[in-house]
Amino acid sequence: MKEAPLFIHGLTLGSWHVPAFVVYTWFVMVLLIVMSLAVRGSLKEVPAGLPNLIEAFVGGLKDFTIATMGPHGMDYFALIGTAAFFILVSNLLGIIPGFESPTANINTTGACAIVVVASTHIVGLQKHGIKYIKHFTGPVPWLIWLMFPIEVIGHFARLISLSLRLFGNIRGEDLVVAILFGLVPLLVPSVMFGLAIFTSFVQTFVFVLLTMLYLSGAAEHAH
Amino acid sequence: MKKTIIMLLMSLVAVALAAPVALAEEAAAAATGAVDHSSIYSYVALGCGLGIGLAALGTGIGQGIAANGAVEGISRNPGASGKIMTTMIIGLAMIESLAIYALVVVLIMLFVNPYKIFPV
Repeated sequence: MKEAPLFIHGLTLGSWHVPAFVVYTWFVMVLLIVMSLAVRGSLKEVPAGLPNLIEAFVGGLKDFTIATMGPHGMDYFALIGTAAFFILVSNLLGIIPGFESPTANINTTGACAIVVVASTHIVGLQKHGIKYIKHFTGPVPWLIWLMFPIEVIGHFARLISLSLRLFGNIRGEDLVVAILFGLVPLLVPSVMFGLAIFTSFVQTFVFVLLTMLYLSGAAEHAH
Repeated sequence: MKKTIIMLLMSLVAVALAAPVALAEEAAAAATGAVDHSSIYSYVALGCGLGIGLAALGTGIGQGIAANGAVEGISRNPGASGKIMTTMIIGLAMIESLAIYALVVVLIMLFVNPYKIFPV
């Protein structure tokens, strides 16, 4: 495969070789921080322009969180909001020519999935203490030998499925655009950009929804 | 009619299995003692095509059933169309992820080439 035509292929800081997707992760971080600082300074009664868009997005996310997790869902809104913004902007970044999605790499999506799964365990231990182990044992005590391995494997399956779903979707649309560009360079790839935008939004939505479901499952009382 | 279909499918499978052996070209790497992988790659190509095709088949049927349920629900109760459509989108994304797992396996087979360590 030919190399992708990116603006930055990688940095070399001393003896560290920083690959392209890490550099674009830094770019997404800078973009989000600058946008947050710019919106924070202009809190008006009737917002206009970029603050309006951000407030619509955050308001919609807040309503969705409360609808899915109940009123206690706002405790976890920091994690959910960060995941939503980071993954959405990362997904959409790859559509612009010259940029590459950080989430088109299994390392980034694996990191997001590890953070989410680890936070579910931490939330469970915080809320229930050592009784969190009851989440893994099932309804009756004489089935523990069967239920415990199944639940542990299920948690690993959550990790793998979260990361692979996001990585596969974003890398897949990346490859489709690249291959179509190799076949019919004129107008056909631009049709796939519409699908890429739709897929970016849907994958963000699914990741955030699954995060909320896992968190509420860990925070609720066991059977 | 059923017997004809079965005979056709079996002959197709036989041709598909024999094709990589019959049509593979000779590699010129034998002189330097390098390992010749050309016969494995023809099977890899066949496996990738079949894998993603079967995944798309299952996904198509599953998503069709999901969309069927959603459309029926909206037709019975047009007022709940917002919730029904949201649930349908979530269900479609979940079913799609199974095809994406198959795609990731196919990409690994094609681009990561885990067969380099095995001599032919």
